[in-house]
Amino acid sequence: MSHKPGNTFPHLDGWAVEARGLKKAFGDNRAVDGVDLNVRAGTIYGVLGPNGAGKTTTIRMLATLLRPDAGTARIFGYDVVKEPQIVRQLIGVTGQYASVDESLSATENLVIFSRLLGLGRSEAKRKAAELLEEFGLTEAAKRPLKNFSGGMRRRLDLAASLIAQPPLIFLDEPTTGLDPRTRAQMWATIRRLVETGSTVLLTTQYLDEADQLADRIAVIDRGRVVAEGTVNELKASIGNSSLQLRVQDPQDIQRTRQIVERVLQVRSSVSAEAGKVTAPMADADRVTDLLVALRNEGIRLAEISVQKPTLDEVFLTITGHGVEENQSSKTETTELMEEATV
Amino acid sequence: MKTTALDRNAARPLKNYTSFGQSVRNSLSMAYRGLLKIRRTPEQLFDVTLQPILFTLMFTYIFGGAISGNVHNYLPVIIPGILVQTVITTSIVTGVQLREDMDKGVFDRFKSLPIARIAPLAGALLADTIRYAIATVLTFAMGYIMGYQPDGGLGSVAVAGLLVIVCSWAISWIFAFFGVIARTASSVQGISMIVLFPLTFLSNAFVPVKTMPDWLQWFVNINPISHLVTAVRDLANSGTIGRDLTLSLVGAAVAVAVFAPLTVRAYMRRA
Repeated sequence: MSHKPGNTFPHLDGWAVEARGLKKAFGDNRAVDGVDLNVRAGTIYGVLGPNGAGKTTTIRMLATLLRPDAGTARIFGYDVVKEPQIVRQLIGVTGQYASVDESLSATENLVIFSRLLGLGRSEAKRKAAELLEEFGLTEAAKRPLKNFSGGMRRRLDLAASLIAQPPLIFLDEPTTGLDPRTRAQMWATIRRLVETGSTVLLTTQYLDEADQLADRIAVIDRGRVVAEGTVNELKASIGNSSLQLRVQDPQDIQRTRQIVERVLQVRSSVSAEAGKVTAPMADADRVTDLLVALRNEGIRLAEISVQKPTLDEVFLTITGHGVEENQSSKTETTELMEEATV
Repeated sequence: MKTTALDRNAARPLKNYTSFGQSVRNSLSMAYRGLLKIRRTPEQLFDVTLQPILFTLMFTYIFGGAISGNVHNYLPVIIPGILVQTVITTSIVTGVQLREDMDKGVFDRFKSLPIARIAPLAGALLADTIRYAIATVLTFAMGYIMGYQPDGGLGSVAVAGLLVIVCSWAISWIFAFFGVIARTASSVQGISMIVLFPLTFLSNAFVPVKTMPDWLQWFVNINPISHLVTAVRDLANSGTIGRDLTLSLVGAAVAVAVFAPLTVRAYMRRA
């Protein structure tokens, strides 16, 4: 892959994706509720959020698979609703569920997609062989996909998205369900794509994945972008790690929480059944004060640990609610969004 | 290392429409996919191989004596009837498989490719003509084994077979429409059977129309299936081309003209 973008498309140096106020509702469920996204060409952009946050719906609208209820989106300057057929010539989509044909072999899949993209018979065969080689699938090329592992399927799926070498590639949770080794391989492939000039928009549930890959990240929750920025900007707002305290006597839990919030000056969450208080730890030095304060109050600790931020903590910090509980009011989220946006 | 898409795109300006030529090429590629799928899963062909054999045997021996005096005299009546009934019933599968196919991830990819929107549908329907061809050949072969000697000659029989295939393809657009709008594959099967069962039996496919009550004769005579059956009988048994052939082809054209756009529209809307 050696294409040198820049002069072939008029818009290739500008924005790969510009979305304004995208909305999509399924019945009463406002899956995407006013999403704005700007992705600069030649970068990796991560969309981070839990299941059901609206990541997939957003990607489907950007990839012309779903018509937005409201808002606009442009891909390299072309409107996804008005010029869908042009947009489709500029994008590759790898879905959350492998979008390849189960009953056919890897080669047959790639040959058919190549043929559909206008390659000749021999050209399609050559392209298929080339991509299979590149993705380490040559040995399995003739086997039907039924016997493929999850990782092999994803790789084939990605290979299929690259046939036309589109300048923009959408990856919907490219590593969900993959083992760590396969995940690392996938990351390497994604990095290579960008080195050759492609733009990648990926969704993920894992903060470390966004951290590893993305130049910029948008955190999405309940169909809205609640925070956006570079990895460092977001990390600064989240706090690098979180502190977990388990108290010996569950009666003390609320008191502990109050002390934690007072001393560390952060929001915390409580898991009552586990007797656990979790709080972001922006400044490790303050923990000393906290421990002293807890001792002065006579609260006895059973366990203390420090954890790298997980998506849960990102959410806790940015939205004020955990991933599971989706009850708190909309106004609160909006208000916090303003706070959190860097 | 590779010819790049960007270079190719630069040479070929981006356009927001698909030409007719490209639509045809895309549909043929999709048909090729359909054929590959049939080759990979030959058990899909059970219905088109077993049904002609089973139905021809059953209907001929059950109704033969009662309707035409003996089995041999009944063959020129029943073989075209069974042919039409079997092949058209086969076209239901098109809708069912389309529904199953559309629920799979691969259809998302088709939708995200810069290909003609109609291609995934047209290709699937085109590939299914191979199924109709198999059913047609087997029905005629069964008839031949049982002693059927079509007086129209081999050429006319081939034309008759082709006519049935073309009409079934046209009708399969109706089931494709059900396939696209229905929620599950089994409901497609259900709806289609309810539509097709009366249509094939309330026709002249199995029994002479004269034996039916007047009100029923009225329906049987306007039933397009009856016209198709008559056209096939004319061709196979006497080698003649009559008004029924024209009517069948017009009916087929109308079915495609109405249901192809409806199906494509519904397919596009259903994301």
